[in-house]
Amino acid sequence: MEYVTLFISAVIVNNFVLTKFLGLCIFFGVSKNLSASIGMGMAVTSVMTLSSMLAWVVYNFVLVPLNLTFMTTAVFVLLIASFVQLLEMVIKKQAPALYNMWGIYLLLIATNCVVLAVPLLNAESSFSFLKSVVYAVGSGLGFALAIILMASLREKLRLADVPKPLEGLGIAFILAGMLALAFTGFSGMITL
Amino acid sequence: METALLVVIVMSAIGLIFGLILAFADKKFSIEVNPLIHIVDDILPKGQCGSCGYAGCLAYAEAVVLNPEVTPNLCIPGKKPVADLVAELTGKSAPEIEPQIAQVRCKNTITHAIKKYNYAGVEDCIAASLIQGGPKGCEYGCVGFGTCVHSCPFGAMTMGTDHLPLVDEKKCTGCGKCATVCPKAIIHMTAIGAPVAVLCNSRDKGVIARKLCSVDCLGCGLCTKSCRYDAITVENNLAVVNPKICLEKCSNPTCLEKCPTGAIYDLRQ
Repeated sequence: MEYVTLFISAVIVNNFVLTKFLGLCIFFGVSKNLSASIGMGMAVTSVMTLSSMLAWVVYNFVLVPLNLTFMTTAVFVLLIASFVQLLEMVIKKQAPALYNMWGIYLLLIATNCVVLAVPLLNAESSFSFLKSVVYAVGSGLGFALAIILMASLREKLRLADVPKPLEGLGIAFILAGMLALAFTGFSGMITL
Repeated sequence: METALLVVIVMSAIGLIFGLILAFADKKFSIEVNPLIHIVDDILPKGQCGSCGYAGCLAYAEAVVLNPEVTPNLCIPGKKPVADLVAELTGKSAPEIEPQIAQVRCKNTITHAIKKYNYAGVEDCIAASLIQGGPKGCEYGCVGFGTCVHSCPFGAMTMGTDHLPLVDEKKCTGCGKCATVCPKAIIHMTAIGAPVAVLCNSRDKGVIARKLCSVDCLGCGLCTKSCRYDAITVENNLAVVNPKICLEKCSNPTCLEKCPTGAIYDLRQ
């Protein structure tokens, strides 16, 4: 039960994009069409999950015993960046079709704040391994949900008659604000 | 002190471990690429100008090696030598390519241009031309902030003292990158060695054009009548010279003296 609430809270209540406002650059950059946003959502979810597993191991077996927790951010940046490189190589070799579809998104998120935030929050709340994995999967899916919602809205918006000064990013920001406003309706439903 | 040392050790250890893993993975997961791609890529001029229609030189090399339908003569800056080499390496036949050069078709210098307003924004032609078509009175002319100069991958363009871009004929490879970035489309790619050209881009009617600039083409058509070879045509109040006809037939251009504003220039020197 605990895991279910954690999962739901990560997906909806504490949605990274719409309530914590992290990862906004890719949220606006890659939400112009639906297929690209699905790719991005999947890439973020997988990278988040795998890198937070790795980060959990390094944090609990290296940083905590050595009393170096103040170096967490720097170490995690290093970890995630090199891990994404590795992942890119493996996918390029093992699954070229997947690489052609989603490969470019991988490097885009190598240094993204939303990917860094999950391992950091895991470390901060001293989650167990399983809990941090659940939290990472939930956060990733939450991001995917937000970006897919946004892309569907923006696809519809292309047909709308937007005032000239607001065209493009202007109306996208307004839309994101409304979406975030809707998501605040969930706040307080689950407190961790 | 001890902590600092520990930090250094831990960070270097993690860095080293990941470096080794990445180095190992690079070997283990390396992908066999056709070595010909890199040989072709080395031949290309590396301007990354994109005039071949691909994202860069490597992308074109990949396409020309792997796709039998891509012709070897798409690299315009490389001209014939590169096309021949690429054709030889890929075993394709290269059709002829016309050597081209960039020609700036505006002589409306900043000193005698009529100004609409004082522009104080970003020093960029595209930005400036967003505001009422640029600060100069003539909305077809050179904006003069040198976006083309910055875009040239071969360093063939410089900004003249009169704020009109100059093309170095020796360095210009004819890639056409400047022509695509120019918001006014005053840069045209033309055949090398054309004797005369109308260096004006104004499509305003004669009366209006005259007010805005003293060296513009009025579209009067006197040059059309004087030309013995029908090399000049007037369309939308602007005379355009067909450089091919000039180059092949004309040795004594009569159009130069006929132009009332001097918008036709002798390029022979």
